[in-house]
Amino acid sequence: MPFIPHTSDDVRAMLAAIGAPTIEALFAEIPPALRVADLPALPDALNERQIARLMAERAAADPQWRCFLGAGVYEHHIPAAVWEIAGRGEFYSAYTPYQPEASQGTLQVLYEYQSMMAGLTGMAVSNASLYDGGSALAEALLMAVRANRKSKSKRILVSRTLHPYYRRAAHAIIHNQGLELVELAYDLTGGHTPEAALAPYAGQDFAALVIAQPNFFGVLEEVDALTDWAHRQNALAVAVVNPTALAILSPPGTWGVTGADIVCGDGQPLGAPLSSGGPYFGFLCCRQELVRQMPGRLVGRTVDLDGKPGFTLTLQAREQHIRRSKATSNICTNQGLMVTAATLYLALIGPQGLEQVAATCHANTRSLVEQITQIPGVSRAFDRPVFHETVLKLPRPAQAVLEGLLERGILGGFDLSSDYPELGQAMLVCATETKDEMDLCHYAKTLATVI
Amino acid sequence: MLIFDRSRPGRQAVIPAIAPEFALSDIPESLRRKKPAPLPEVSELQAVRHYTRLSQQNFSIDTHFYPLGSCTMKYNPRVCHQLASLPGFLARHPLAPVRGSQGFLACLYELQAMLQEITGMAAVSLTPMAGAQGEFAGVAMIRAYHVAQGDLTRREILIPDAAHGTNPATAIMCGFTVREIPTDQNGDVDLAALRQAVGPHTAGLMLTNPSTLGVFERHIAEIAEIVHTAGGLLYYDGANLNAILGKTRPGDMGFDVMHLNLHKTFATPHGGGGPGAGPVAANARLAPFLPVPIVGQTGGGYRWLTEADRPQSIGRLSAFMGNAGVLLRAYVYARMLGRTGMGRVADYATLNANYLQAELANAGFDPAFPQRLASHEFIITLKRQAKTLGVTAMDFAKRLLDLGFHAPTTYFPMLVPECLLIEPTETECKEELDAFVAALRQIQQEAETGPEQVKGAPYHRPVRRLDEVRAARDMDLAWRPAAS
Repeated sequence: MPFIPHTSDDVRAMLAAIGAPTIEALFAEIPPALRVADLPALPDALNERQIARLMAERAAADPQWRCFLGAGVYEHHIPAAVWEIAGRGEFYSAYTPYQPEASQGTLQVLYEYQSMMAGLTGMAVSNASLYDGGSALAEALLMAVRANRKSKSKRILVSRTLHPYYRRAAHAIIHNQGLELVELAYDLTGGHTPEAALAPYAGQDFAALVIAQPNFFGVLEEVDALTDWAHRQNALAVAVVNPTALAILSPPGTWGVTGADIVCGDGQPLGAPLSSGGPYFGFLCCRQELVRQMPGRLVGRTVDLDGKPGFTLTLQAREQHIRRSKATSNICTNQGLMVTAATLYLALIGPQGLEQVAATCHANTRSLVEQITQIPGVSRAFDRPVFHETVLKLPRPAQAVLEGLLERGILGGFDLSSDYPELGQAMLVCATETKDEMDLCHYAKTLATVI
Repeated sequence: MLIFDRSRPGRQAVIPAIAPEFALSDIPESLRRKKPAPLPEVSELQAVRHYTRLSQQNFSIDTHFYPLGSCTMKYNPRVCHQLASLPGFLARHPLAPVRGSQGFLACLYELQAMLQEITGMAAVSLTPMAGAQGEFAGVAMIRAYHVAQGDLTRREILIPDAAHGTNPATAIMCGFTVREIPTDQNGDVDLAALRQAVGPHTAGLMLTNPSTLGVFERHIAEIAEIVHTAGGLLYYDGANLNAILGKTRPGDMGFDVMHLNLHKTFATPHGGGGPGAGPVAANARLAPFLPVPIVGQTGGGYRWLTEADRPQSIGRLSAFMGNAGVLLRAYVYARMLGRTGMGRVADYATLNANYLQAELANAGFDPAFPQRLASHEFIITLKRQAKTLGVTAMDFAKRLLDLGFHAPTTYFPMLVPECLLIEPTETECKEELDAFVAALRQIQQEAETGPEQVKGAPYHRPVRRLDEVRAARDMDLAWRPAAS
């Protein structure tokens, strides 16, 4: 019996101790009318060899394209030690550290993670993670509405340059509590959110302004001006950032005069494989004053009975298992193992490593864009600076171009036509540090052929 | 010692790439970071040793019996991890076209179908990333259903007082108010109180069955009728599904919508607190409201069903496809159990729980519901010990850590004073259970002869009891570089 250790002698002895004639008798309290005898639609069991073969076939059925697609998920090199260590059974098969004396490993990792994220974002506090970037934005907005004492509004300003999937996920989660996303237009020349787009809303009551850096197009926003505008309007500034980019871009804690109030995003670039969409993790950081409005687990450093330093879950009075209907969120399980991997990733590559990764991605994308904008009819859609991803206008529909690239083994980018029809024939392209000059040349040559 | 304390300026571990000098010349200085990020600078060996040593300070299923009630800490098979980590799965971009994703989608499609059969529901969405998000999806679907019926008055969710804290927190996140329903002395929902509570304002009832009291809710058919007759819907919290897998199905009990915790019932790892997966299943009435994407099959191939296919969907709860890698692990596990293996899980989980309860009763401990059969878990109350010896459930829990056992869930459910909620799971052998009983016997003896010994525990872990008041007051939540 897979994974069940009982011998027939065990079963006999255990039933005798219980005083039950059979295992079946232990289910006597389930009304007979509700019992099922069989689950006929289930397939027969496979043994380890059989399932290994099936999965190997399934995994091999999906071609491994050369990936120039980003759009919120980025292929990065993951140092071998990251998953060798994160995959250890002591991390992999432990649970939420409810008993701190038996969970110091997980707790210290989470504390180090919180420290690294606070440092990267320039904020005072990071929680121990949320599910992913989209749902982290939803939690950040619910938090902003709770925390903003100067605003009575549940309306939130968000630029259309924010990832369309983040906007969808945030809407699906927050509209149940009456929160509303108000969309801002972007500048069609720059691909950014100019202050002019905000002007019509000056003087109105909003709980928060969402600022993405870089935005979905890869374009860099004027974060200082946007942050200060939000604060002048008594709205909180909520930043959505790519953690790799923070190695080279100004951290949200320093934006504008007083810095952003809440920072969130997806931690996937920090050690999580592409993995078809997950598991990744969401991160959430904030100013010290807002910590009691934070959702999710928080780990604090304290001392034990003998005065020895140690770590424990703290401020649990915010959470569902204590506060029930008055909790800041229903979140319980988060993404602990992914955070363990991220902590290892950041420790292994360090500040210079992260900077080199960010700069190499950016240089590769620049080089790629330089090469492919030589192709007649291909041009950059926007004239503002970008980070490691950019929008290209094409002489043919993006779908046809991407199909042509696929046939030649290249996952060439993201077709923008359904989310941004106003851009016409356009796609979003990204080249990370996993590509070398040969890959870039190959892409450019292939694209020229396809077009 | 923190990783930051091992850091020395200029030391490097892994350098994945070296950027050319000009790399950032097109990014304006005003948008650039002024000071390097305060990350540690250590060698690869230092990092490997630091985190390996930290891992060794954890209890885990791989190292210790971990009978944490309501968490189903069963063995996480290595094969599930290995096969979900095949390069073809790990390298797939979430936005890759479906024609190059048929292998991956086939796994998800078949997992949906298996979960439908197991739950007795009409359709499944795999996207929720944890139990609490599955709950959110289900309750949001109840809301969307009433709104679609044009019934805007149903604003209250009923929740038994024994429920997990996530239930009321979820109802609030979905814009409902909450009313608690009391439990009777046998551990069943108080039917008279339920009858009084329902009405035209009732949106639904959230229920765990077996309940968090470790007993099967015997009046479930009546409960379903009361709620349905009042126009409400029934939500099943799948936290305790391990107890009834292959024995009875929430769909047959009258539930309209539910979530499953794949990190409990389907053996995917808990990872120190996630990632989990909380698929949501619904009957035909609520299926149109399931979150997207869902995997559909058309002609010979699989594809994503999105908002365009399912216009009444509550939408997307993640930017991409939930915790896809966790779903693959659960798929491998489910295929290895197969048609006959599901019921076997419930059989041995229930056998282990009832055996452990009987042996502990034998050893002089007080089950909270001695008149009832245990499900996959049960409660003992240490009220007597707390009163006569001054030794609490927390003291017993901490002393267990010294003796090499992870503590059961303590002080939950709140209805039972000084309680330990104990869930052994089906993957533990008899010797392990016997050793656990012996440990509790020993602690009982210590509590009788020298209670101070127990009250000061643990002594043999990396730290002793921590000052949680100080943690909350001083709020040391992050290391900071000196003088910056």
